[in-house]
Amino acid sequence: MKLLRRYLPTVLWLLALLACAVVIARTTFVANLSAFMPQAPSERQQMLMDQFKDGIIARLILVGIEGGDATERARLSKELSAALRQKPDFVGVQNGSTADLALDRAHVFDNRYLLSPAVDAQRYTEDGLRRAIGSTVEDLSGSAGMLLKQLLPRDPTGEIRELLAQFEGSSQPPSTEGVWSTRDGSRALLLLQTRAEGSDIDAQARTLERVRQAFAAIPNRHADTRLQMTGTSVFSVSSRALIEGEVHRLAAASLVLVVGLLLLVYRSPVLLGLSLLPMLTGTLAGITAVSLGFGQVHGITLGFGTTMIGEAVDYAIYLFVQRPGPGTARLFWRTLWLGLLTSVAGFLALLGSGFPGLTQLGVYSTVGLVAAVLVTRFVLPNLTPAHVPVPDLPRTGAFLQTLMRAAPRLRWLLLLLTTGMLLVTVLHADRLWNRSISALNPVSRADQQLHEELSRDLGASDLRYLAVLTATDQEQALQQAERAGTVLQALSRDGAIAGYSSPAQVLPSLASQQARQAALPEPAALRQRLQAALVGSPLRPERLQGFLNDVELSRTRAPLTRQDLNGSASALLYDSLLIPRERDLLLLMPLRPHRANGAEQDIDIERVDAALKAGGLANITVIDLLAETNALFDSYLREALVFSGLGCLAILALLLLTLRSLTRALRVALPLVCAVVCVTGALVLGGTSLTILHLVGLLLVVAIGSNYALFFDSTNAAASAQEQRQTTISLVTANLTIVGSFGMLALSSVPVLAILGTTVGLGTVLALVFSAVLARPQTGMDMPAPVKSAP
Amino acid sequence: MRPADLCLRRGLLVLLGTVLLAGTSLSRAAEWQLGELMQLLAQTKSGQARFVERKYIAMLDKPVESSGELSFSAPDRMEMRTLKPKKQAMLLDGNRLTLEQDGRQKTVSLQSYPEVAAFVEGIRGTLAGDRQALEKVYKVHLIGTPARWQLMLVPREPSMSRIISGIRIGGSQGEVLSVAYDHADGDRSEMQIVPVARP
Repeated sequence: MKLLRRYLPTVLWLLALLACAVVIARTTFVANLSAFMPQAPSERQQMLMDQFKDGIIARLILVGIEGGDATERARLSKELSAALRQKPDFVGVQNGSTADLALDRAHVFDNRYLLSPAVDAQRYTEDGLRRAIGSTVEDLSGSAGMLLKQLLPRDPTGEIRELLAQFEGSSQPPSTEGVWSTRDGSRALLLLQTRAEGSDIDAQARTLERVRQAFAAIPNRHADTRLQMTGTSVFSVSSRALIEGEVHRLAAASLVLVVGLLLLVYRSPVLLGLSLLPMLTGTLAGITAVSLGFGQVHGITLGFGTTMIGEAVDYAIYLFVQRPGPGTARLFWRTLWLGLLTSVAGFLALLGSGFPGLTQLGVYSTVGLVAAVLVTRFVLPNLTPAHVPVPDLPRTGAFLQTLMRAAPRLRWLLLLLTTGMLLVTVLHADRLWNRSISALNPVSRADQQLHEELSRDLGASDLRYLAVLTATDQEQALQQAERAGTVLQALSRDGAIAGYSSPAQVLPSLASQQARQAALPEPAALRQRLQAALVGSPLRPERLQGFLNDVELSRTRAPLTRQDLNGSASALLYDSLLIPRERDLLLLMPLRPHRANGAEQDIDIERVDAALKAGGLANITVIDLLAETNALFDSYLREALVFSGLGCLAILALLLLTLRSLTRALRVALPLVCAVVCVTGALVLGGTSLTILHLVGLLLVVAIGSNYALFFDSTNAAASAQEQRQTTISLVTANLTIVGSFGMLALSSVPVLAILGTTVGLGTVLALVFSAVLARPQTGMDMPAPVKSAP
Repeated sequence: MRPADLCLRRGLLVLLGTVLLAGTSLSRAAEWQLGELMQLLAQTKSGQARFVERKYIAMLDKPVESSGELSFSAPDRMEMRTLKPKKQAMLLDGNRLTLEQDGRQKTVSLQSYPEVAAFVEGIRGTLAGDRQALEKVYKVHLIGTPARWQLMLVPREPSMSRIISGIRIGGSQGEVLSVAYDHADGDRSEMQIVPVARP
């Protein structure tokens, strides 16, 4: 019975480990970009975010070909697109070649009488024809007249002109040697649309490999020509590989570092093995909790989780190095529990975050730390063999002690430093925070820049302004798009917007097509009206036989469907703007702003919205995505400030409650405040503007650093010289493991990991040093006299 | 009546051509060289003019007429502002061509539109007196005398000559007074230019 009681915790622990193992074996690990994309608070924003994750944008690959000369690049562009068109992986391949454009031109020209919004019954009366043809003839007098005249015999009413007016403000990419290129002509450009969903990263990875293979297989390729690819799917694939690689590397490096350090301190493989138990348990418990709570575990969470190695191993270090005897055990465990509570208070604050990655980190760390402490408290003492000696490093210990005793002399310096850093922070208050969402993007700066360059040149870049609505079916969606289009066309004439895109521009609704067909007169009637309309005009009816034929063809043909667009750029436009969803269709109509000096000008979305509402489109929403994301980001920053503030308050309240003394609580809290101020100041001086992750890092500094301050406080309360020395050694070791594991994160090439690593690594070192500096002067027996008399 | 009218006009044109050809031999005798004309033209760094352009299009029974203002400043900026019958502006600055109509602007790069380049490079190169630029794009012949000269430009690129068979630019001393385009399909346009004295 007694035996059972003694080993009950160990048995329970083993059972728990087994349960964790079972859960983890069934866990899905993901590594896409979404963890640090905030969850949008409104359904509307969420819908858009989803669209970006899975919709057409996530399925576009922008390809650049560099090196060689313009002719060679154009040849490669043509060969590559020809090769890729053969493959089933791509829905669309565009490189701006004449053949490409010819398809779209033919679509627009052949179907002009079904596509043109100007076609109505009025236009094909005698009067309407006279006006339309008169206007076309007048256009011939302009500087482009001699180019336009080719259209005259078949398009005397100028429907092509009406159609082109709809595309105003959209720019084709520049063209060099007959294919799309960057503005300076140094890169050939292609646009690919993959068949695979953007979220299917495995399929995207295979698709990207196909492109590389196709490029490599082009015969007689110049050796210095290179393929570049960018786009959401490219980012997803590369950052997954990056995150996966980093997580393994970081975990291995942290483990090696911690094991090495512990061996150095313990000089006992048994103690080392035991020390790793809380950490391993914590890690497993953390992953299990996240898996159960979120249904999946993000790679970045695991990346952050490597810091668990540094934090969870601390408890064992405190236990083995301080080795509390019967007299001090109560105080020791109290301090340890308190330390755990303050840490957990910090991590719990993360649960309020809108970023799935941070929430996962909060759960992971909270559960992991609690598990680690439970194992340290209830399992380790039973497993520790009685004869293992207390790790003792007399010389190192004595050296550290001297340093610690000398530390309080630096108080004034610390005060000065903190004041200075506070001043720096206040002076930079206006640009303290980085408000751009891209600061958290796991994609490297260079890749982001390439993406911006390519998408700017392809004119595919700025989906900033959108008019959005939903419809029950395709016909309804297209009809709504046409009604909105009428309003937007008027706004474009007034100069409020430069133009807009709509799926109805390439495929009008069935109703409109039928109405236009009905508006076209029968051949005899048309011939008669035309003759009457052309009296007095320099144009003769008998030269317009092509026009009569074309009208009759359009009048009697079957209406256009999506199938008629296959293979053209119009199909790409249509599919990207009209998106089928589970229950309805989402219709996106991008609005194009005017440009001045190469910069886009703002669109007054209130005005556009009001005009659309006045036009009878009640359910349409006009969105400025940039403003939305900025507002979203600001709200997250505010939220983060609130939850870190609450976390800090909770920690302070805990200290007050357990230490039962304001002075002692402040003594514990002051070094942490100084550490936070100094880290912030250092970051600002280094030219970094702070993101949410820095804030989280600072919160962790407080959560972790509070442990040091607490142990300093508790040693001061009791403490023989031997105990003080052991405490010092344990604190320094614990600090080194944390700094080591966060330092590893700081070396990561994933920005979010690096930010956290730098902030916490630096902050915890400072927290330890400052705790020593601000600790009450020790009253141990071998206290050297000079300290007190020091100036 | 009208086709007859057209025949008459064509006849006159042929006659005019013959007279001009006769002038060619005279010019050779006078040793009036392309280089000299170019030098003369290059001296004019900027200028303003009014123009009237008539386009003779086979489809139409009578020519369409437009008029407006022209301005040029060396080395490569040229603006053509049509005032009648419809306001329109075309600005050629370096490699960029900006078209403005109905309050809308459209800018394109000349190299993406070789057929447009075939039209504008001739007149700009002549105004600038840039022989190299002209000869890169066209085969250039000069006829006439300094007081009454004519440049015949024939596009070198087949893609251009499919559209225009030749450009005839006429002038007196350093001033350009007429520009005519002969289209490959037999249509043509003729522009009369009246320089405006600068203040």
